[in-house]
Amino acid sequence: MTPLRLIHAAAALTAAGSLAVTLWTGLDDRGVALAFGVLIAVGELTRWNASQTRQTAPLGAAGSLSYALLGADAGRPAQHDAAQVVTVVLVAGLLGAVPHIWSGRGHTPDHLARRILTAGFAAVCYQPLSHQGVFAAWGGPAHALLLLTLLGLTSLCGAVLAAALAHCRTRWPFGPLLREELRGLLGIGSAVCATGAVMALAVAVIGLWALPVFCLPLLLVQLSVHRYAAVRATYRQTIASLARATEIAGCTPAGHARRVAALSLAVGRDLGLTGPELTVLEYAALMHDIGQLSLVDPVPAGATAGLPAAEQRRIALLGGAVVRQTGVDAAVAVVVERQADPYPEQPVAARIVRAVNAYEEKTRDAGPTGPLHALAELRLGTAGDYAPEVVESLARVLARPRGLRERVPARRTGLSDPAPGWVTHG
Amino acid sequence: MDAVPPRARVYVACVALLAVPCLLPLPATHAPWWATGLLAALCTACEHGVRRGFGGTFYPVLLAGAFLLPPSAAALVPLPAALLSPVEHPPVVPRRVWRAAQPALAVWCAAQVHGTLGGRDAVVGRDFPYALLPAGAAVLAFCLVLTALDGGLRAAAGLVPPRRAWRGLLTRTLAPVAVHGLAGLMMAVLWRSPYGPVAALLVLLPMCVSWWVFAQYHRERAAHQATIRALVQAVDIKDGYTRGHSERVGQASVLIARELGMDDDRVEVLRFAGILHDVGKLGVPTRLLRKDGPLTPEERRIIELHPEYGHEMVRGISFLGEARAAILHHHERLDGSGYPYGLAGDRIPECARIVAVADAFDAMTSTRTYSRARPVEAAVAELERCAGTQFDPRMVGALVRALHRCGWHPAVTADEPSHGGGPAQRAPSTGAPR
Repeated sequence: MTPLRLIHAAAALTAAGSLAVTLWTGLDDRGVALAFGVLIAVGELTRWNASQTRQTAPLGAAGSLSYALLGADAGRPAQHDAAQVVTVVLVAGLLGAVPHIWSGRGHTPDHLARRILTAGFAAVCYQPLSHQGVFAAWGGPAHALLLLTLLGLTSLCGAVLAAALAHCRTRWPFGPLLREELRGLLGIGSAVCATGAVMALAVAVIGLWALPVFCLPLLLVQLSVHRYAAVRATYRQTIASLARATEIAGCTPAGHARRVAALSLAVGRDLGLTGPELTVLEYAALMHDIGQLSLVDPVPAGATAGLPAAEQRRIALLGGAVVRQTGVDAAVAVVVERQADPYPEQPVAARIVRAVNAYEEKTRDAGPTGPLHALAELRLGTAGDYAPEVVESLARVLARPRGLRERVPARRTGLSDPAPGWVTHG
Repeated sequence: MDAVPPRARVYVACVALLAVPCLLPLPATHAPWWATGLLAALCTACEHGVRRGFGGTFYPVLLAGAFLLPPSAAALVPLPAALLSPVEHPPVVPRRVWRAAQPALAVWCAAQVHGTLGGRDAVVGRDFPYALLPAGAAVLAFCLVLTALDGGLRAAAGLVPPRRAWRGLLTRTLAPVAVHGLAGLMMAVLWRSPYGPVAALLVLLPMCVSWWVFAQYHRERAAHQATIRALVQAVDIKDGYTRGHSERVGQASVLIARELGMDDDRVEVLRFAGILHDVGKLGVPTRLLRKDGPLTPEERRIIELHPEYGHEMVRGISFLGEARAAILHHHERLDGSGYPYGLAGDRIPECARIVAVADAFDAMTSTRTYSRARPVEAAVAELERCAGTQFDPRMVGALVRALHRCGWHPAVTADEPSHGGGPAQRAPSTGAPR
């Protein structure tokens, strides 16, 4: 957990130093500081958890970045320094975080640390040089481009920081996490950057009137992102319910689909899958047994891994047909259909689902030595059925301490409830 | 379907003729040509991207044009987009003409209003908050012209009766156009600032992202609805005799809920409750569901587990709200003799009482293995007979009133009565489904 401590310590040090400097020198441009503080606080209040590791407050992020890059107020050069930027972001962030801390949602320290460090980075890059008049030659359009470049750099740093924090919290591999963060920059991240730049420029031109005028369009962005996240969450719940149909029908034991999905996701992350691929993997793992609904006589205990290959393939094809009807992404149906094929012909997701499903079925009632025996059996089966790299990855995932492997939600019954927040964004 | 009535063609031609005089004073105006060209190109690019992703029009560029340019030059901005962007449905020519003429007229009016109130000077002089007033007036004019022309087209094409053609159009468009107007104003101000058009372009990025996310939202929602349908289809596959039953119960529940004056959100939840009320039958062995002939007490007990199975399945779907309670309790009876919990009277959730009536009504009016379909009047009489003991009289009364008013014409996608004519086996006391 050293990198986590390091990041938190750096953020705390920055915050304390800036607070001390600001207390010593006093606030400049109080009106501007207050307006931006309110904007950031409101943005933080409307923050929500997009997933286990990501949190989204586009308005707060854009507000803090634009305050860090503010060079003038209605044509008059701005007086505030980098320390004041960090102080305002800190105070507004703390005020905005009160309800989140109160309800115990999300990793507020991580979020604040990220916010302070990114705003501090942007401010340190811009404010001292701006005060010395270095940018005086960069008038007009060049100034807008300069701000954009700085914002791009800042977001890159922010992405690395976020990936490092998520890596420390979850122990998922750093590379795919960073790739996922960088992909997020293309979507909502670019909107945040553009808004930060526009607000800084617009305040420089027309003063504080720019904030309310331009907040409304950004709220529109935030609203649509929120609705998108909500409908995605609902969709996941529906898929998980569909997956539970097999458990309720008595085809598979309670919780099987959820356990396979959680373990498949962990293996998928370990193998470096990201974003949409993980979503497909999760949905396919949840629904991998759905073909058994179409069987007249249920398979004993739903254990398909022990059946003859032809029978396994028939059930997989039945499942694929059901999944195609559900209107889920066609890639999910392909994974479900191909889960019983020999691994050289399978897509990666199907290899993962097959190996994890077999592992889950073999360890089910096998007692304390079950996992070892199951892994040994899977390794023996790598000649044709189970992909060696997937089995090795499964062994790596299983070797991790349990708390890091599988975040178990606080309240859960035996059936396959969706584990919250495994899928980040698409 | 593609045939456009001649009236609509004449209407489009008239609007196009109206738009021509807006462009006539062009040679005499001192418009900044490069700005006009740039805005028109931007508009074309945005239109192209947005239409491909979602459909609809992208207004910030148009409104920025209205705030920056003289009226006749501003009216030029939407033309290239209309002439170059692809048209999905024939006939191509009237559609292109309409897409060019309608926004041209609207932008011309907006620019005229904006200019008359001194808005262009306010934009150049960064005279805030005064600049908001002409901009607001221009947005209002833009909206008025758009909706007036739109309503006219709807009436001329015979899509709606002329009296209702304009109803609700203005209130629906005003809010989104106002937000786009603010973005357009910010664009115009930055365009005229020392930072120039580069800064103005940045305003478009958040708007485009918002459109993209919104399109994603719609796609995801459609997929979600397909999945809900799949849940219902899964039940229909198992229990072939009741095909279409779920959808019809949904419709009957909506009828009752509307009659009781519930708000739209609750009506929607009740539709889901009706559609999904038997989803727990997925957990009942197919052999029992399809059994011809009397059930043993043991078999009946297994079938009576289906409300609990259903509740267990949908428990995790949070948007269903009180529909989950309706699924659990739709076999409770008012006198307390129902299952699973034997609740009585007001202890039964309101939505469950609605679904119970709708369920029994459809069970009686459709053909089952154990009974032929009865006429609606007979079913209503039976419901009224059991009101108070089995059903809530308020719900029965609401259904009867609704049936009187609109009749019963269930439209079901998969409605093909398949019946085996097995031995008559009546459910206890009424035709309530098992």
